[in-house]
Amino acid sequence: MNKTRASGRTVGGLRTLSLQAPAVTLLLLWMIVPLGMTLWFSFQYYNLLMPGMTGFAGLENYEYLLTDPALWAAMGNTLLLVGWVLAITVVGGTLLAVLFQQEFAGRGIARVLAISPFFVMPTVSALVWKNMMMHPSNGVLAWLSESIGLPAVDWFSSLPLTSIVIIVAWQWLPFALLILLTAMQSLDEDQVEAARMDGAGPVAIFFFITLPHLKRAISVVIMIEMIFLLTIFAEIFVTTSGGPGLATTNLAYLIYIRALLDFDVGTASAGGVIAIILANIVAIFLVRMVAKNLED
Amino acid sequence: MTTLSSKTAAPRSVSGWRSAQSKRILLTLLGWTVALVIFFPIFWMILTGFKTESAAIADPTLIFSPTLESYQAVQERSGYARFALNSVAVAFGSTFLALLLAIPAAYAMAFLPTKRTKGTLLWMLSTKMLPSVGVLVPIYLIFRDTGLLDTRTGLIIIYTLMNLPIVVWMLYTFFKDMPKDILEAGRMDGASTLQEVFFLLLPLTLPGIASTGLLSVILSWNEAFWSLNLTTSNAAPLTAYIASFSSPEGLFWAKLSAASTMAIAPILILGWMTQKQMVRGLTFGAVK
Repeated sequence: MNKTRASGRTVGGLRTLSLQAPAVTLLLLWMIVPLGMTLWFSFQYYNLLMPGMTGFAGLENYEYLLTDPALWAAMGNTLLLVGWVLAITVVGGTLLAVLFQQEFAGRGIARVLAISPFFVMPTVSALVWKNMMMHPSNGVLAWLSESIGLPAVDWFSSLPLTSIVIIVAWQWLPFALLILLTAMQSLDEDQVEAARMDGAGPVAIFFFITLPHLKRAISVVIMIEMIFLLTIFAEIFVTTSGGPGLATTNLAYLIYIRALLDFDVGTASAGGVIAIILANIVAIFLVRMVAKNLED
Repeated sequence: MTTLSSKTAAPRSVSGWRSAQSKRILLTLLGWTVALVIFFPIFWMILTGFKTESAAIADPTLIFSPTLESYQAVQERSGYARFALNSVAVAFGSTFLALLLAIPAAYAMAFLPTKRTKGTLLWMLSTKMLPSVGVLVPIYLIFRDTGLLDTRTGLIIIYTLMNLPIVVWMLYTFFKDMPKDILEAGRMDGASTLQEVFFLLLPLTLPGIASTGLLSVILSWNEAFWSLNLTTSNAAPLTAYIASFSSPEGLFWAKLSAASTMAIAPILILGWMTQKQMVRGLTFGAVK
């Protein structure tokens, strides 16, 4: 009995291995080869415009990058972008999830409309906002502020980073709403009813029942958004190209400039390593949380 | 005493009914206002697509004579169809490949788990967290040296690998939800593994596989980092084509809107259909 079970397990193990092999092998290559190359290049002199200059550079690329004021400007912009978008989408998403959980006429359609921006490709959202919404003379926002007697704002020249924050927040607010709305569905209605019976007002119910219930979903939203927001690219590419000056250059855009505009492979790779490290700090927490969930 | 209490009780219930009613009206107003404000840029874009270029930059108005000239111009002058075809090929090609690789893997993980299964799943998830920009340089150089730059094949490879972890993960959760008894009954009746997969597992989990595939199509369709960096003209999908409207020469809002409406319409509809299952894939099962 024991023997057959043991042999059955090895057969199963072998089958498991061979069925997973293609997916696992490809993902392993996808992870290790580019990662290894980035790491290798980051220690090399390697500029596509200067083919003669090659060789081991030690930490020089990192030194060059870390003493470059552009890196610190980009880091600051990345932090501001991630921080503001997170604040807007998490607070807004939670409030909207509470609103769309209430029953009202046509709730289903209203929900679908509110979630829609998440499915719009980034280049479309960025260009629609830049032109039809935020254009200083013909945009809808300019028309709105003029019709109430205020001067029109030239969004992308006077508030470039704010403009990017607005566009990105518009794309990710529906994501937070979608996830939190799903999490709301498992909220215990009886508990809410009992609290109401005990005289708890809507504000108390929100802070003492709803919010603690959403805690986990909110942290999932924060971590997933952080990973994507750290490397926002297309929205900047089609609107400001990182400008004016460095006002909207984030880490991802700086790496792109170094790699594909300056052709400085070494420095761009050092930047890539920094981006990977930053993303991994967040990723460790997310993976831990998912792992915990896998056990239940 | 009794008459008095019944007298006070009656108006109270009426006012209670009234306040519930006015609360509902208030919620309806608030909910719809918020939804319409969020949706407004998309609505405005759809509307602008049916305007002439001069009407598009005029003062905002809902009254105008709709025209299809921008739609015609987008196709005739820039060959919209070619870019749309690239998007379709890349999104469906990569989704097909990802499903092909992921179905056996997820099957093994769900029905023949070993000690390492959990670790493998989590490791797959962690590859998804590698920021694309961190590997831009090597991927660009590899593509340049192998002639994959600006080819659909190149993008399909990237998108397959990019979505593979999510696809495996989502399929795994769907397969796990399937009752094991059915598979065992099939095995008792002498079904081979292949028969088991093709005649039992796939038909029974088809809705799950379909929504996994749709999520993968949506993610590939909207991906804009690799498409902007690895394609120029031949293999450029819609994300890259729309980006070409960012050049500052002249304002072509009506054409931009017409092209954008066509580019997002199919995905918007797919997204509406699959929003519930998407949560599963987007959060790796951490929120159900």
